[in-house]
Amino acid sequence: MAVTVSIPTILRTHTGGEKSVEAKGGTVAEVIDDLESRHGGLKDRLITNGSLHRFVNIYVDDEDIRFAGGLDAPVQDSSTVTILPAVAGGMR
Amino acid sequence: MIRADLVEEIVAHARRDHPDEACGVIAGPEGSDRPERFVPMLNAARSPTFYEFDSGDLLRLYRDLDARGEVPVVIYHSHTATEAYPSRTDISYASEPEAHYVLVSTREADSAEFRSFRIVDGVVTEEEVQVVETYMFAHTGADTVPDKD
Repeated sequence: MAVTVSIPTILRTHTGGEKSVEAKGGTVAEVIDDLESRHGGLKDRLITNGSLHRFVNIYVDDEDIRFAGGLDAPVQDSSTVTILPAVAGGMR
Repeated sequence: MIRADLVEEIVAHARRDHPDEACGVIAGPEGSDRPERFVPMLNAARSPTFYEFDSGDLLRLYRDLDARGEVPVVIYHSHTATEAYPSRTDISYASEPEAHYVLVSTREADSAEFRSFRIVDGVVTEEEVQVVETYMFAHTGADTVPDKD
Protein backbone atom coordinates (compact mmCIF):
# COMPACT_ATOMS: atom_id res chain seq x y z
CA MET A 1 0.00 0.00 0.00
CA ALA A 2 1.14 3.50 -0.67
CA VAL A 3 0.15 7.10 -0.38
CA THR A 4 -0.89 9.08 -3.46
CA VAL A 5 0.66 12.53 -3.63
CA SER A 6 -0.94 15.17 -5.82
CA ILE A 7 1.68 17.53 -7.29
CA PRO A 8 0.85 21.12 -8.34
CA THR A 9 1.80 22.39 -11.82
CA ILE A 10 4.73 24.45 -10.56
CA LEU A 11 6.44 21.40 -8.98
CA ARG A 12 5.86 18.95 -11.82
CA THR A 13 9.32 19.75 -13.21
CA HIS A 14 10.52 17.54 -10.34
CA THR A 15 8.23 14.63 -11.21
CA GLY A 16 8.76 14.47 -14.96
CA GLY A 17 5.43 16.20 -15.52
CA GLU A 18 3.42 13.72 -13.43
CA LYS A 19 0.33 15.14 -11.70
CA SER A 20 0.39 12.51 -9.00
CA VAL A 21 3.01 10.13 -7.70
CA GLU A 22 3.12 7.38 -5.09
CA ALA A 23 5.13 7.51 -1.91
CA LYS A 24 5.55 5.76 1.41
CA GLY A 25 5.62 7.07 4.96
CA GLY A 26 3.72 7.25 8.20
CA THR A 27 3.88 11.04 8.51
CA VAL A 28 3.94 13.92 6.04
CA ALA A 29 7.66 14.46 6.77
CA GLU A 30 8.42 10.80 5.93
CA VAL A 31 6.37 11.01 2.74
CA ILE A 32 8.35 14.11 1.68
CA ASP A 33 11.68 12.37 2.44
CA ASP A 34 10.56 9.38 0.39
CA LEU A 35 9.57 11.67 -2.50
CA GLU A 36 12.92 13.46 -2.29
CA SER A 37 14.75 10.13 -2.73
CA ARG A 38 13.17 9.75 -6.19
CA HIS A 39 12.34 13.35 -7.14
CA GLY A 40 15.38 15.33 -6.02
CA GLY A 41 14.85 19.01 -5.25
CA LEU A 42 11.23 18.68 -4.26
CA LYS A 43 11.88 18.90 -0.52
CA ASP A 44 13.60 22.29 -0.78
CA ARG A 45 10.52 23.67 -2.54
CA LEU A 46 8.38 22.71 0.46
CA ILE A 47 10.49 22.96 3.59
CA THR A 48 13.12 25.33 4.95
CA ASN A 49 14.91 24.66 8.24
CA GLY A 50 12.45 21.96 9.15
CA SER A 51 9.28 23.95 8.65
CA LEU A 52 6.74 24.16 5.88
CA HIS A 53 7.01 27.24 3.64
CA ARG A 54 4.45 29.91 4.38
CA PHE A 55 3.22 29.86 0.77
CA VAL A 56 2.71 26.10 0.49
CA ASN A 57 -0.33 24.18 1.73
CA ILE A 58 -0.22 20.43 2.30
CA TYR A 59 -3.36 18.41 2.97
CA VAL A 60 -3.82 14.84 4.16
CA ASP A 61 -7.11 13.88 2.58
CA ASP A 62 -9.26 16.93 3.44
CA GLU A 63 -7.21 18.27 6.33
CA ASP A 64 -4.72 21.14 6.07
CA ILE A 65 -1.73 19.83 8.04
CA ARG A 66 -1.28 23.22 9.73
CA PHE A 67 -4.32 22.22 11.78
CA ALA A 68 -3.40 18.54 12.10
CA GLY A 69 0.11 18.30 13.56
CA GLY A 70 2.14 19.98 10.82
CA LEU A 71 4.84 17.87 9.18
CA ASP A 72 4.29 15.21 11.87
CA ALA A 73 0.68 14.79 10.75
CA PRO A 74 -0.03 11.06 10.42
CA VAL A 75 -0.61 9.58 6.97
CA GLN A 76 -2.54 6.34 6.54
CA ASP A 77 -2.01 3.85 3.74
CA SER A 78 -4.25 4.83 0.84
CA SER A 79 -4.43 8.47 2.02
CA THR A 80 -4.10 11.21 -0.53
CA VAL A 81 -1.57 13.94 0.20
CA THR A 82 -2.25 17.11 -1.80
CA ILE A 83 0.33 19.85 -2.23
CA LEU A 84 -1.03 23.24 -3.32
CA PRO A 85 0.68 26.60 -3.47
CA ALA A 86 -1.21 29.26 -1.51
CA VAL A 87 -3.01 31.81 -3.67
CA ALA A 88 -2.27 35.07 -1.93
CA GLY A 89 -0.77 38.51 -2.31
CA GLY A 90 -1.35 42.09 -1.41
CA MET A 91 -0.55 45.66 -2.23
CA ARG A 92 2.76 45.89 -0.34
CA MET B 1 -8.37 37.74 -24.56
CA ILE B 2 -11.30 37.82 -22.18
CA ARG B 3 -15.08 38.15 -22.53
CA ALA B 4 -16.60 41.51 -21.57
CA ASP B 5 -19.10 39.90 -19.16
CA LEU B 6 -16.22 38.29 -17.22
CA VAL B 7 -14.42 41.64 -16.97
CA GLU B 8 -17.66 43.13 -15.60
CA GLU B 9 -17.99 40.32 -13.04
CA ILE B 10 -14.41 40.85 -11.81
CA VAL B 11 -14.81 44.62 -11.52
CA ALA B 12 -18.20 44.22 -9.78
CA HIS B 13 -16.67 41.79 -7.27
CA ALA B 14 -13.78 44.19 -6.60
CA ARG B 15 -16.25 47.09 -6.04
CA ARG B 16 -18.46 44.97 -3.78
CA ASP B 17 -15.58 43.99 -1.47
CA HIS B 18 -13.91 47.42 -1.47
CA PRO B 19 -12.16 48.57 0.75
CA ASP B 20 -11.01 44.96 1.27
CA GLU B 21 -9.15 43.22 -1.52
CA ALA B 22 -11.28 40.88 -3.63
CA CYS B 23 -9.94 37.73 -5.26
CA GLY B 24 -10.96 34.80 -7.42
CA VAL B 25 -10.28 32.86 -10.59
CA ILE B 26 -11.71 32.44 -14.06
CA ALA B 27 -11.51 28.77 -14.90
CA GLY B 28 -11.19 27.39 -18.41
CA PRO B 29 -10.52 24.08 -20.13
CA GLU B 30 -6.97 22.80 -19.62
CA GLY B 31 -4.75 23.78 -22.54
CA SER B 32 -7.30 26.23 -24.01
CA ASP B 33 -5.98 29.46 -22.44
CA ARG B 34 -9.64 30.56 -22.60
CA PRO B 35 -11.20 32.02 -19.43
CA GLU B 36 -14.82 30.86 -19.18
CA ARG B 37 -16.16 30.20 -15.68
CA PHE B 38 -16.20 33.00 -13.09
CA VAL B 39 -15.33 31.70 -9.60
CA PRO B 40 -15.23 34.46 -6.96
CA MET B 41 -13.34 33.44 -3.82
CA LEU B 42 -13.55 34.66 -0.27
CA ASN B 43 -10.58 36.72 0.87
CA ALA B 44 -9.76 34.80 4.06
CA ALA B 45 -7.54 37.71 5.16
CA ARG B 46 -10.46 40.21 4.86
CA SER B 47 -7.90 42.94 4.52
CA PRO B 48 -7.46 46.11 2.45
CA THR B 49 -3.77 45.24 1.94
CA PHE B 50 -3.66 41.44 1.65
CA TYR B 51 -5.64 38.61 0.11
CA GLU B 52 -5.48 34.89 0.55
CA PHE B 53 -7.77 32.08 -0.56
CA ASP B 54 -8.95 30.13 2.49
CA SER B 55 -6.97 26.87 2.56
CA GLY B 56 -10.09 24.66 2.63
CA ASP B 57 -11.67 26.65 -0.22
CA LEU B 58 -8.41 26.32 -2.16
CA LEU B 59 -8.46 22.52 -1.88
CA ARG B 60 -12.12 22.33 -2.94
CA LEU B 61 -11.45 24.71 -5.84
CA TYR B 62 -8.58 22.63 -7.22
CA ARG B 63 -10.50 19.35 -6.80
CA ASP B 64 -13.43 20.88 -8.66
CA LEU B 65 -11.14 22.18 -11.43
CA ASP B 66 -9.50 18.75 -11.75
CA ALA B 67 -12.87 17.00 -11.94
CA ARG B 68 -13.96 19.37 -14.72
CA GLY B 69 -10.67 19.21 -16.63
CA GLU B 70 -10.12 22.91 -15.97
CA VAL B 71 -7.26 25.11 -14.84
CA PRO B 72 -7.23 28.62 -13.36
CA VAL B 73 -6.72 30.55 -16.61
CA VAL B 74 -7.07 33.88 -14.79
CA ILE B 75 -6.22 34.57 -11.14
CA TYR B 76 -7.52 38.00 -10.18
CA HIS B 77 -7.37 40.28 -7.18
CA SER B 78 -7.91 43.93 -6.45
CA HIS B 79 -5.70 46.64 -5.07
CA THR B 80 -7.85 49.14 -3.25
CA ALA B 81 -5.46 52.07 -2.79
CA THR B 82 -2.64 51.49 -5.25
CA GLU B 83 -2.19 50.88 -8.96
CA ALA B 84 -3.11 47.63 -10.67
CA TYR B 85 0.46 46.32 -10.79
CA PRO B 86 1.86 43.23 -8.99
CA SER B 87 3.43 44.05 -5.63
CA ARG B 88 6.48 42.32 -4.21
CA THR B 89 4.13 40.15 -2.17
CA ASP B 90 2.11 39.25 -5.26
CA ILE B 91 5.29 38.23 -7.08
CA SER B 92 6.64 36.14 -4.20
CA TYR B 93 3.40 34.17 -3.97
CA ALA B 94 2.73 33.78 -7.69
CA SER B 95 2.92 30.07 -8.44
CA GLU B 96 0.90 29.42 -11.59
CA PRO B 97 3.31 30.16 -14.44
CA GLU B 98 0.60 29.53 -17.02
CA ALA B 99 -2.03 31.79 -15.43
CA HIS B 100 -2.87 35.36 -16.33
CA TYR B 101 -2.63 37.41 -13.16
CA VAL B 102 -5.29 40.10 -13.45
CA LEU B 103 -5.19 43.13 -11.18
CA VAL B 104 -7.99 45.60 -10.74
CA SER B 105 -7.52 48.87 -8.91
CA THR B 106 -10.56 50.29 -7.16
CA ARG B 107 -8.80 53.39 -5.80
CA GLU B 108 -10.88 55.60 -8.13
CA ALA B 109 -14.61 55.37 -7.44
CA ASP B 110 -15.72 55.95 -11.03
CA SER B 111 -13.10 54.10 -13.07
CA ALA B 112 -11.39 50.75 -12.63
CA GLU B 113 -7.90 50.01 -13.86
CA PHE B 114 -7.86 46.45 -15.32
CA ARG B 115 -4.47 44.96 -16.25
CA SER B 116 -3.04 41.51 -16.85
CA PHE B 117 0.38 40.02 -16.19
CA ARG B 118 2.40 36.85 -16.44
CA ILE B 119 4.50 36.17 -13.38
CA VAL B 120 7.13 33.49 -13.98
CA ASP B 121 10.10 32.87 -11.67
CA GLY B 122 9.69 36.32 -10.16
CA VAL B 123 9.64 38.10 -13.52
CA VAL B 124 6.57 40.23 -14.31
CA THR B 125 5.50 40.73 -17.91
CA GLU B 126 2.47 42.89 -18.66
CA GLU B 127 0.25 41.66 -21.48
CA GLU B 128 -2.34 43.43 -23.57
CA VAL B 129 -5.94 42.80 -22.53
CA GLN B 130 -8.30 42.26 -25.44
CA VAL B 131 -11.94 42.41 -24.38
CA VAL B 132 -14.36 40.62 -26.71
CA GLU B 133 -18.11 39.98 -26.69
CA THR B 134 -17.66 36.30 -27.57
CA TYR B 135 -14.76 33.93 -28.26
CA MET B 136 -16.63 32.52 -31.25
CA PHE B 137 -14.75 34.38 -34.00
CA ALA B 138 -11.42 34.21 -32.26
CA HIS B 139 -10.12 30.74 -33.17
CA THR B 140 -10.79 29.39 -29.73
CA GLY B 141 -12.63 26.21 -30.60
CA ALA B 142 -15.84 24.92 -32.09
CA ASP B 143 -17.87 24.57 -28.93
CA THR B 144 -18.81 28.21 -28.44
CA VAL B 145 -22.43 29.12 -29.04
CA PRO B 146 -23.36 32.29 -30.90
CA ASP B 147 -25.06 35.09 -28.99
CA LYS B 148 -28.78 35.44 -29.67
CA ASP B 149 -29.30 39.00 -30.80
